[in-house]
Amino acid sequence: MGAILKRELSAYFNSAIAYVVMAVYFFFSGYFFYAICIEGNMSSLSYVYSNMFVIILFVNPIITMKTFAEEKRQKTDQALLTAPASLTEIVLGKFLGAFILFAICCCIFLVYALVISFFTTPDWAVILCTFLGILLLGAALTAINVFISVLTESVIIAAVAGMGIGLLIYMMNTFSNYISINWINEILGKIDFVNYYTNFTYGLLNITDIVFFLSVTGLFLFFTVRVLEKRRWS
Amino acid sequence: MVEVKNLTKYYGDIKAVDDISFTVETGEVLGFLGPNGAGKSTTMNMITGYISSTSGTVTIDGSEILEDPKKTKAKIGYLPEIPPLYIDMTVRKYLEFVFDLKKVKLPEKEHIDEVMRLVRITEQADRIIKNLSKGYRQRVGLAQALIGNPPVLILDEPTVGLDPNQIIEIRKLIKSLGKRHTVIFSSHVLSEISATCDRIIVISNGKIVADAKTDELSTAVSGEQKLALEIEGISSNVIAAIKKIPAVIRVSNYHDVREGVAKYVVEYDKSADIRRDVFNAMSRIGCPILDMQSGNETLEDMFLKLTAADQTNGSRKGGVK
Repeated sequence: MGAILKRELSAYFNSAIAYVVMAVYFFFSGYFFYAICIEGNMSSLSYVYSNMFVIILFVNPIITMKTFAEEKRQKTDQALLTAPASLTEIVLGKFLGAFILFAICCCIFLVYALVISFFTTPDWAVILCTFLGILLLGAALTAINVFISVLTESVIIAAVAGMGIGLLIYMMNTFSNYISINWINEILGKIDFVNYYTNFTYGLLNITDIVFFLSVTGLFLFFTVRVLEKRRWS
Repeated sequence: MVEVKNLTKYYGDIKAVDDISFTVETGEVLGFLGPNGAGKSTTMNMITGYISSTSGTVTIDGSEILEDPKKTKAKIGYLPEIPPLYIDMTVRKYLEFVFDLKKVKLPEKEHIDEVMRLVRITEQADRIIKNLSKGYRQRVGLAQALIGNPPVLILDEPTVGLDPNQIIEIRKLIKSLGKRHTVIFSSHVLSEISATCDRIIVISNGKIVADAKTDELSTAVSGEQKLALEIEGISSNVIAAIKKIPAVIRVSNYHDVREGVAKYVVEYDKSADIRRDVFNAMSRIGCPILDMQSGNETLEDMFLKLTAADQTNGSRKGGVK
């Protein structure tokens, strides 16, 4: 796992991907921070965080698009799958590589919190809680997008499909307004990412929210392993 | 060292590999020969655990690939048809990655240096793989397979796309590797296999059609020997006279050299030596023999014969990856 993680990170930082992703992420978070906190005279980062949801939806698939799609296209997966490493190790290595890049992007919020602390005392409990929330959201989306990447050979399809699924998740609440069947509405409400994430941005630390994101992460990593496994048998 | 038993692979309804069994002893260099799409790559992918078999087993040094994949894969170095290179890395960084990936216990720097020296890419160590020529990439692929000194090397068409000099070099390298490793390598080029391998397995339509030592192969397969003759005289008389010799299976008028002189090919049972009989028969009918050559079938003839079913059926799908 260590070898794959190390290679993933070096691949991100030796190509433009890591820098482009960080630039986009920093630019928009910086803009939201400026508009909401500096101009709007707010000491809370909650709105900045909730606005970032959409940006994360677009940035995350770019981070993960290459994970498996590119390996399959270049046939480098043959090296991975014939090496003495388990599929779980391979998937975890890839996932962690993408997640760490995402986490590095998120560290900008700690900088913003520091900036706020020059003007007033920030509510560190809320800020750290939200920080945890954004990491958990990122982990879940990364796992979903890694799964999408394993399904295709094309990085473009992986990226676009990832963004599409992301938007679908974001708009789930809107969709459920149009559905009059109760039980479907209930299910949609239960898997509404925005709901769970918003709790974090208020500084609420619920076990349910944490468990939800961790389960989604685990589930999609498991699916990814299964897809790799199945491909060997077909 | 490598034991393959009743290996079968279906892709949907298509049988890509059909009940293949063979063993390779330690230190043997085995050539895997067959036309494109015969099932060579599929078989190798199954041996290395990249894909799984529909049925059958692959045992390497006592451990089974599907039952104990980690332990078994650690014993194999695999160079697939397309070398699995991360083209944006430098050669050294890439080999370091493979070293870590294979969890090799040897001293890292020395081992990688040694492998690079062996395949002669030391000079290219700090170049990015993207910028290397095909020949060098192939060598990096070979280096990747050699990392960790695995006892078994599986090389899938390692010389495809190389220039003649590089081919000769890679062949030499494979031959020298055979001293320390058990090697299975595939090719659809006959001369390459016969020049490099101790033993050849010919595979066609997913089946093994021949399995023999390189030098024994042609006679073992054909069951007959050939005699090429150049004889002066009337063709029909000559053919009739030769046909009377008991061991002769077939006589064919190969082509006319000039008026009254023709070339013939006589196929006869390999247990007999008919040269004296031919001489006596010809002198009896007064037709002088101008030239006589005896020889086994060439490997090319044999290859064509063994894989002929492929071409005539024409029912096979294209290559199987």
